[in-house]
Amino acid sequence: MNAPLQPDLAARAARQAEVVAALGAVVPPHILLWQPEEVTPYECDGLSAYRRKPLVVVLPETEAQVAAVLKACHRLNVPVVARGAGTGLSGGALPNEDGVLLALARFNRIKRVDPVARTATVECGVRNLAISEAAAPHGLFYAPDPSSQIACTIGGNIAENSGGVHCLKYGLTVHNVLQVRGYTVEGEPLTVGGLACDCPGPDLLAAVIGSEGMLMVVTEVTVKLLPKPVLARCIMASFDDLRKAGDAVAAIIAAGIIPAGLEMMDQPMTVAAESFVHAGYDLDARAILLCESDGTPEEVEEEIGRMTEVLSLCGATALKCSESEAERLRFWSGRKNAFPATGRISPDYYCMDGTIPRKRVADMLEAIQGMEGKYGLRCVNVFHAGDGNLHPLILFDANQPGELHRAEAFGAEILETSVAMGGTVTGEHGVGYEKINAMCVQFSPEEREQFFAFRRAFDPGETLNPGKQIPTHARCAEYGKMHVRGGLLPFPDLPRF
Amino acid sequence: MQADVLIPLWQDLVREAASRGERIRIHGGGSKAPWWAAAQHSGADTAEHTLDATLLSGINHFEPTELVITARAGTPLTEIEAALAEHHQFLPFEPPHFARASGGQATLGGMVASAMSGPARISAGGVRDYVLGASLLSGRGEVLRFGGEVMKNVAGFDVSRLLCGSLGSLGVILDVSLKILPVAPAETSLRFAMTQDEAIARCNAWAAQPLPLNASAWLPDRSGSSGKGVLTVRLRGARAAVQAAGAKLGGERMADTDAATFWTALREQTLPWFTPTWPGDSQAALWRLSLPTTAPALDLSGTQLVEWFGGLRWLISAAPASIILEAARQAGGHATRFRGGDARAPVFEPTQATLLRIQRQIKTAFDPHGVFPTLF
Ligand SMILES: Cc1cc2nc3c(=O)[nH]c(=O)nc-3n(C[C@H](O)[C@H](O)[C@H](O)COP(=O)(O)OP(=O)(O)OC[C@H]3O[C@@H](n4cnc5c(N)ncnc54)[C@H](O)[C@@H]3O)c2cc1C
Ligand SMILES: Cc1cc2nc3c(=O)[nH]c(=O)nc-3n(C[C@H](O)[C@H](O)[C@H](O)COP(=O)(O)OP(=O)(O)OC[C@H]3O[C@@H](n4cnc5c(N)ncnc54)[C@H](O)[C@@H]3O)c2cc1C
Repeated sequence: MNAPLQPDLAARAARQAEVVAALGAVVPPHILLWQPEEVTPYECDGLSAYRRKPLVVVLPETEAQVAAVLKACHRLNVPVVARGAGTGLSGGALPNEDGVLLALARFNRIKRVDPVARTATVECGVRNLAISEAAAPHGLFYAPDPSSQIACTIGGNIAENSGGVHCLKYGLTVHNVLQVRGYTVEGEPLTVGGLACDCPGPDLLAAVIGSEGMLMVVTEVTVKLLPKPVLARCIMASFDDLRKAGDAVAAIIAAGIIPAGLEMMDQPMTVAAESFVHAGYDLDARAILLCESDGTPEEVEEEIGRMTEVLSLCGATALKCSESEAERLRFWSGRKNAFPATGRISPDYYCMDGTIPRKRVADMLEAIQGMEGKYGLRCVNVFHAGDGNLHPLILFDANQPGELHRAEAFGAEILETSVAMGGTVTGEHGVGYEKINAMCVQFSPEEREQFFAFRRAFDPGETLNPGKQIPTHARCAEYGKMHVRGGLLPFPDLPRF
Repeated sequence: MQADVLIPLWQDLVREAASRGERIRIHGGGSKAPWWAAAQHSGADTAEHTLDATLLSGINHFEPTELVITARAGTPLTEIEAALAEHHQFLPFEPPHFARASGGQATLGGMVASAMSGPARISAGGVRDYVLGASLLSGRGEVLRFGGEVMKNVAGFDVSRLLCGSLGSLGVILDVSLKILPVAPAETSLRFAMTQDEAIARCNAWAAQPLPLNASAWLPDRSGSSGKGVLTVRLRGARAAVQAAGAKLGGERMADTDAATFWTALREQTLPWFTPTWPGDSQAALWRLSLPTTAPALDLSGTQLVEWFGGLRWLISAAPASIILEAARQAGGHATRFRGGDARAPVFEPTQATLLRIQRQIKTAFDPHGVFPTLF
């Protein structure tokens, strides 16, 4: 077993020495890490099921260093993976074994908050929440609020087009960013977007946002800031039936209301969250909806009144409206802690992230119940219901032989069902390394080839975060074979749009 | 014609043109006349073939409770807007039709390809903010789908939004899915007499407060030279919020019908302010300057109209293109010659070299044989 590995190890050590020498010639030694114990913390992101040690980790402190590292890597044809806070849940920042990991956490300066123009210009490693904190003295905030916002960076948000509870009303990252600056794979400076509302030509800013670090390395971002709503209130509604809760979501939207947040938890999730945070959730409810309104006091009163009416008509068995900020935060505490709460009821869990049309929410929950039986695993559900973005958490124990594999197959079937219902394989976490097989279900070979061609317009040698997001033909052929054999690919004939 | 008959015909047309090195111009409703110049500049007006995108028309799928509509690219915007209105919904970015000037019908594909948004753009977002998915006939003759019909989707590169502003250069848009919104319960327009600088400062200050501010337009007084003018703002949102904001801001309240007429005429450029160069003054051009909202009033000859809290400045001026392009750049934005003026002068300002290279490579990635017009 060992014999064939030896030459590989020797070749890797030689390559490592070559890359370290090339980088050492252009950047100071204290920002380079390559000893096994030094690089171990960087071997995975928030999806710890996949791990790889990079050849070298670079912790640049200046833009000149970023450019120099990229130039050197380009010359040596070394893959480069950018990393923000590493909170990604799809293995987007998973390193390449023969590549450089560019860890950008030191780019953490807020360069400018312009209260008159309502913009903030920040370095890529600034944490999402830190932007709103810097804007708060001016009565402004940055709207996209992923649940990981205390930790994740704006650079990672750009790469994943992140969203959060508020994006139903305020949009995703793509709707809230004006300009992105950074470097091409060749180490040349590149600015996309601008400080004005639009630029001539195809919308490159939109294409860079959500590109999972495969088009450019972002170093600076200018975001839009919005006036902070004066008041927010939240309704907590209980339902004795999943279908009624799903229909209530559609009914609120159909009534012409766009809530500031509209989230759903099923009973097992509610029970797990309640025992973790004691938010006062209704444990008898089959599903709970959290429905928020924000704005001026007059606006909020008007909207809360209309939402209460719709929820009652839809058969809510109990309705509670927050009477204070403390109570509102308590309602949200369970939803915001859904992931750690799940961590307490199961040794491991696997978080999925598909999106479906809102009206299919109940169908999806029923389909998932069927899959629980099929795979012999439990699943708890938490949703950005207003957007149809699901986060089923599949519970398993990695120490039990076969459970991880069953959890992965369970997750794959959820994603395939999302596509069959007219949705998509990822709503906000990205494809990364994890969902690359699911992309074979959603896109045709021609579409995948077009993605590659588009990517080569930025990165002809395909060395920026290679092996992520877009699967090759070979990979899809392999996945297709596997699935046809297992008989798992549902509804292969349904249109994907 | 049925899509399943038409699209294969178009695929053949594209493949044949590609193999013979011929070019195709995509003809939508013929409404965005200003862009003729852009196309001529690229030589696309000498294309061997015309592809009439209006043949592919009709709403495929409209689900009011999902706030999504999917329609074929040749569908007239009037048809889409009428279907939405039945359910009390609308396109929040208010795309201009420009039907009067051209006598043509604006289409959905042309709307996405030209990415032009109306007065509400500054608060509600632009065309690109509402595109969820699109199908494209590429320069290889392949039919490709990107994005979808759901609000949140990060699978693959965001090609459907990339098509916004592509002006037919990446391929034929076949259908588009858009996010839509319910019509707001209340709306009010207010007028204030003030100079351009005051208007820009005032709008920016208001926009930093939680007010249901939706659109703004500052027009100079008729004499033009006094620096005086009138700012009109539109409030849109919950009834209580519009009422409270109206009371707070003051100004003179416009009658609802007058306000509706005003905002439509602004969007469609049928306000008298726009007429001096339309249809025929060869000296002055209408320029569109997209700037940061806080850029001060520009010191350029001619007359200016300011929208989007300062973010959009229309300028009718006979000043040389180089001076106007430079002024826009200095102010942190860019200028486009919208119509009139020297037909040989560039329409767009030159782009930074790296970006230009990437833009050209993107064009090649979608249209390797150069079947569709080259704009950059
Ligand atoms: C508990 C928890 C809750 C979460 N909740 C949400 C949620 O509600 N919504 C949501 O959208 N996501 C959520 N996430 C996922 C994750 O936080 C987001 O995807 C986030 O944007 C990742 O940011 P990061 O800085 O950690 O990026 P990383 O994980 O470090 O990297 C993510 C990707 O971005 C690329 N990248 C990072 N920085 C740059 C840069 N400067 N230039 C180019 N590419 C770069 C990487 O190469 C990688 O592909 C959650 C994660 C956790 C752990
Ligand atoms: C090269 C050229 C020369 C022209 N010359 C004349 C002329 O001599 N006389 C005249 O009356 N009109 C002329 N036009 C105007 C032309 O009819 C309009 O520019 C446009 O095609 C009309 O479409 P629209 O009103 O639907 O919206 P838009 O005005 O349709 O079109 C705006 C832009 O979108 C593109 N576009 C429209 N539909 C699609 C689609 N489905 N997919 C991809 N791109 C699309 C158009 O090519 C154009 O660049 C010319 C246009 C071009 C491109």
